[in-house]
Amino acid sequence: MDYIIIVVSAIFINNILLAQFLGVCPFLGVSNKLSTSFGMTGAVMFVMTLATIVTYLINHYILSPYNIGFLQTISYILVIASLVQMVEIILKKVSPALFQALGVYLPLITTNCAILGVAILVIQKEYNLIESVVFAVSNAIGFGLALVLFAGIREHMDLAEIPAGIRGVPAALIVAGLLSLAFMGFTGIV
Amino acid sequence: MSQWKNFAKGFVKENPVFVLLLGLCPALGVTSTAINGMAMGLATLFVLLMSNMVVSLIKNFIPEKVRIPSFIVVIATFVTVVDLVMAGYAPAVHEQLGLFIPLIVVNCIVLGRAEAFASRKSFMSSMIDGLGMGLGFTFALTLLGSVREILGSLSIFGFKFMEGDGILVFILPPGAFIALGYLIALMNKFKKA
Repeated sequence: MDYIIIVVSAIFINNILLAQFLGVCPFLGVSNKLSTSFGMTGAVMFVMTLATIVTYLINHYILSPYNIGFLQTISYILVIASLVQMVEIILKKVSPALFQALGVYLPLITTNCAILGVAILVIQKEYNLIESVVFAVSNAIGFGLALVLFAGIREHMDLAEIPAGIRGVPAALIVAGLLSLAFMGFTGIV
Repeated sequence: MSQWKNFAKGFVKENPVFVLLLGLCPALGVTSTAINGMAMGLATLFVLLMSNMVVSLIKNFIPEKVRIPSFIVVIATFVTVVDLVMAGYAPAVHEQLGLFIPLIVVNCIVLGRAEAFASRKSFMSSMIDGLGMGLGFTFALTLLGSVREILGSLSIFGFKFMEGDGILVFILPPGAFIALGYLIALMNKFKKA
């Protein structure tokens, strides 16, 4: 039951993009086309889950036993940056097809605050390892859901008549606001 | 480019939030009040200024291939400093900003300036660039925070100027997107004029 609550609240209620504003840069950057947003979602899910597991282990076996919690930010970002590099190298060797699909998005992910945000959030919420993994996966799904929805809307917006003053980024932000308003409807279901 | 131009470009012409669209996560996340926006802006200003200075000082000693990780370590160090200082001296604000303080480290604007500007230019220009960009960021966040606070709770910097409730949605997440959208549209208009 606890897991279901984590999943539902991460995907719908506290959607990482629309309610917590983590990962807005790639959200606006790669949401022009549906296909790229699927690629980005895959890459985020992969790295987010991996990064959360690794940072969780670092926190519990290195940072807290030695009481050096103040190194959290530095160690996490270094781990995530090197993890992304490593994933890139391994994918290139093991699965060139997957690398083709995700490759361009991987370097972008290092500076995606959603990854670091989730890694810090699971520590703040004091989840255990399994809960952390569930939390990371569902946040990635929530990110993907918002991204794909938004990309779908934006593809249609290209065809619409938008007043010159708000064409482009302003219109995209206002649409994101409306999408976020729609997601607020889920508040209170858990 | 004169140093004054270098300093002033961060406000309107190359404003990090309104024009470059960098660092949007904290810009949207913490600006439910003007004070929070300003506090976040100042925290980022400090990190941006210090990291730009340090990066421009050490740029000649860093091998080309590991420059990005080295920049990240420099930035993360100053973020940790800000985090601890704020937790010690302004616990209420620190509580409000929460997760977004450690997330300054992945704010694209900080790494972006280190890579695009400080790693190429002199110490003095980098310092001025960091100061200008940081103030531009602070200005943007304070403006967005003020607009949301005025519309959402009919107050400014915590000072209530009118009785009543305001438009609640501007305090909530959707309002952040909508207010920023309109501010950017307004900024575009000014830029053209």
